[in-house]
Amino acid sequence: MKWITAWRRRPWAGYAVVLAALAIIGVAYAGVSPRTDRAQAAAAAASDQDVAKGKQLFNQACSSCHGANAEGTKNAPSLIGVGAASVDFQVSTGRMPAMNLGAQIPRKKPVFNEEQTRQIAAYIASLGGGPAIPSKDQVDPASGDAAMGGKLFRANCAQCHNFAGSGGALTGGKYAPPLDKATPEQIYEAMLTGPQAMPVFNDTTLTPAQKRAIIAYVTQTRSEPNPGGNGLGRVGPVAEGLAGWLVGLGLIVIAAMWITARKPKKKHNV
Amino acid sequence: MTTQAPPKAVDGAIGFLDERFGTAGFLRGKMKKVFPDHWSFMLGEIALYSFIILLATGTFLTLWFKPSMSEVVYNGHYTKLYGVHMSEAYNSTLRISFDVRGGLLMRQIHHWAAVLFVASLTVHMLRVFFTGAYRKPREVNWLIGLGLFTLALLEGLFGYSLPDDLLSGTGLRITQGVMQSIPLVGTYLFYFAFGGDFPGHDFIPRLYTVHVLLIPGILLALVGAHFMILWHQGHTQFPGKNRAEKNVIGKPFYPVFMIKAGAFFMFTFAVIALLGTFAQINPIWLFGPYTPDAITAGSQPDYYMGFLEGALRIMPNWETNLWGHTVSWNVLVPALVPLGLIMTGAALWPFIEQWATGDKRIHHIADRPRNAPFRTAVGMTAVTFYGLLWLAGGNDVIADKFHVSLYATTWFFRVAVFVGPAIAYFVTKRICLGLQNKDADILHHGVESGVIMRLPSGEFIEVHEPARDEDKAVLTGKVPLPELAIEDEDENGIPSPSARGPLGKLRKNLNQAFTADDVPVNGHDEGHDDTGPHAEEDLQPGGVEPGGTGGSRAISHH
Repeated sequence: MKWITAWRRRPWAGYAVVLAALAIIGVAYAGVSPRTDRAQAAAAAASDQDVAKGKQLFNQACSSCHGANAEGTKNAPSLIGVGAASVDFQVSTGRMPAMNLGAQIPRKKPVFNEEQTRQIAAYIASLGGGPAIPSKDQVDPASGDAAMGGKLFRANCAQCHNFAGSGGALTGGKYAPPLDKATPEQIYEAMLTGPQAMPVFNDTTLTPAQKRAIIAYVTQTRSEPNPGGNGLGRVGPVAEGLAGWLVGLGLIVIAAMWITARKPKKKHNV
Repeated sequence: MTTQAPPKAVDGAIGFLDERFGTAGFLRGKMKKVFPDHWSFMLGEIALYSFIILLATGTFLTLWFKPSMSEVVYNGHYTKLYGVHMSEAYNSTLRISFDVRGGLLMRQIHHWAAVLFVASLTVHMLRVFFTGAYRKPREVNWLIGLGLFTLALLEGLFGYSLPDDLLSGTGLRITQGVMQSIPLVGTYLFYFAFGGDFPGHDFIPRLYTVHVLLIPGILLALVGAHFMILWHQGHTQFPGKNRAEKNVIGKPFYPVFMIKAGAFFMFTFAVIALLGTFAQINPIWLFGPYTPDAITAGSQPDYYMGFLEGALRIMPNWETNLWGHTVSWNVLVPALVPLGLIMTGAALWPFIEQWATGDKRIHHIADRPRNAPFRTAVGMTAVTFYGLLWLAGGNDVIADKFHVSLYATTWFFRVAVFVGPAIAYFVTKRICLGLQNKDADILHHGVESGVIMRLPSGEFIEVHEPARDEDKAVLTGKVPLPELAIEDEDENGIPSPSARGPLGKLRKNLNQAFTADDVPVNGHDEGHDDTGPHAEEDLQPGGVEPGGTGGSRAISHH
């Protein structure tokens, strides 16, 4: 342990300790803090719905906030008429059942599996109307026109979700989430039902073909490699400025220090 | 070293030139210019090298870029834009990115070099400011530097605007708004610049001419002037052993520094090329072409315009209507006031300092920032002001990534932009004085030796030993400011004419600010002053060469 005694008197020892402490705290925090937005992409599979089973699940998990008959309470809106698409979006993204009511309910690991989600959706749909869960063909990215989707995305979506779907801030602590995890069904359902802060894009605002084009654009963009190297989070010039200052200027200044460094001095009496 | 004859290869070349142009004496003197060995003196060079890279890569880009707003349909290799209508400018930038061999790399190197160009100019300016290297005789070079910086901002903005992608169009829209917000002439100015309505067909070609010809030309001329003055006046240096106003200690340009500078250029190029290869910058294909109806979250300018963006974002929405004309304070104030405060302040500062301190002496020894607490504190005030505005320019990304409310960030910055600089002023000043006290303490009591001694009484003390000569020389290198010649009143009690009136009072107060709170370093010393500013000038007669200003100050060591 002699080296510690020797090193802690060096001029940089203080900085090194602070850096190490920060790193440890950061890593520990990242490890311990709850991750609410990790989700599994649930593949959609159509099957017959059991309304009764859905009602049972609803009573267990949803009725405390949405009311015994989905009529809504002080804490949560009525679900009558929201449709199966809305339920499928909220439950399959894990947003519902909600853990706590903040400015916005975050995406997290879904509580219900695909079958249960469909059962709850069937029950809510049975209460009356609302958009249905889109079919496989309606959300198929392969048959969408990505170029048109890009134009529509820039005109309708990018102002909140960012040009590459990386997400962005909204007012009052709300945010437009990044679109990297949303499945084609979820993107379609979000446009159709307008969850949380998002506006509704019904089939006259954006036709089903246009919705499919947007899905094609989003899925292609997020799977597209960055030809220029690391994408820096695809958030635009803020990340670039940070990288330029910290990495670029940092490395060059280190080089300058190296170039101008003097040879280590010999002891005077040697 | 400096008195040795250069090797034959060099002598031959100089001889060739000398026989034709008679320049050998000039070159011999100039080749020996001494560069001090401290990393902070290399920051300006980063800017020079970035500029060279910018010129080279920029020339490459002009071979394919088409500065035209004519509408075309994209049919290149990037399928996600296939069939989209766009301008020729955007189309040709896509072509450079995806169809021209090495085009994307060149674009990215060009853009990263631009970021590093302005960043290194900034840190270089800060170094010059905080060490007082702008003082007489270097005021003119300081002003040239400010001109370079301002033009670099403009050059960057124009380059960012050229590809006509979604972000550059958004930037141009703001530029248009700023032009229009200028009272009385704004509308005319905008129509004159854009040649009609926004965006129009004229502005991009005009920007192009300014970006590739006009501004680079002026930049080149100013860089030349900056370097010639630097070469003539010589470098400043930090105080230290054997360092004096009459010498510069470091490495001569030929041969040592030339090699170092060459290596440093390679380093700079390597880092920029590294970034250009591995870090994607300005992915215009993701932004899409500009259309006035589209906008994206994360619409930011490049970092150097960030403080203006921030000012615009936090400015309250104030407008007044005067005689049928709207004055848009909400755009005019953020566009002009922060930039004006910082740049005008920086330009006037050397002269304000001279006027307030009465210090008309020539300075070749740089100040350590702690030894000029008022200057350092004012500098940090400006840095904090700039930094907060800069952060405010990214407030949506900050709000999104750190999960805070967007409005909360706006209000935080509205308050912080006034409070933060004030706090920075006081904190910096206290730190400076603390460091000065520490210096005085070291001179007075020596440094901790790490040896603990126990006295017979049982008390433990740490043995202090006197500081080494090298360290002492640094500490005692502090040059006190002269007494200001103006007197408050003469012997009859009549206030002197120069101290009367608002200007006189201002000068007195400023002088007070510059000179107050000073910790004398020599006050309790052993009584011998071995490192006065002029004490060492003749110690190395072999290195001192009569002649020009630069040459006569050159002492090199190995």
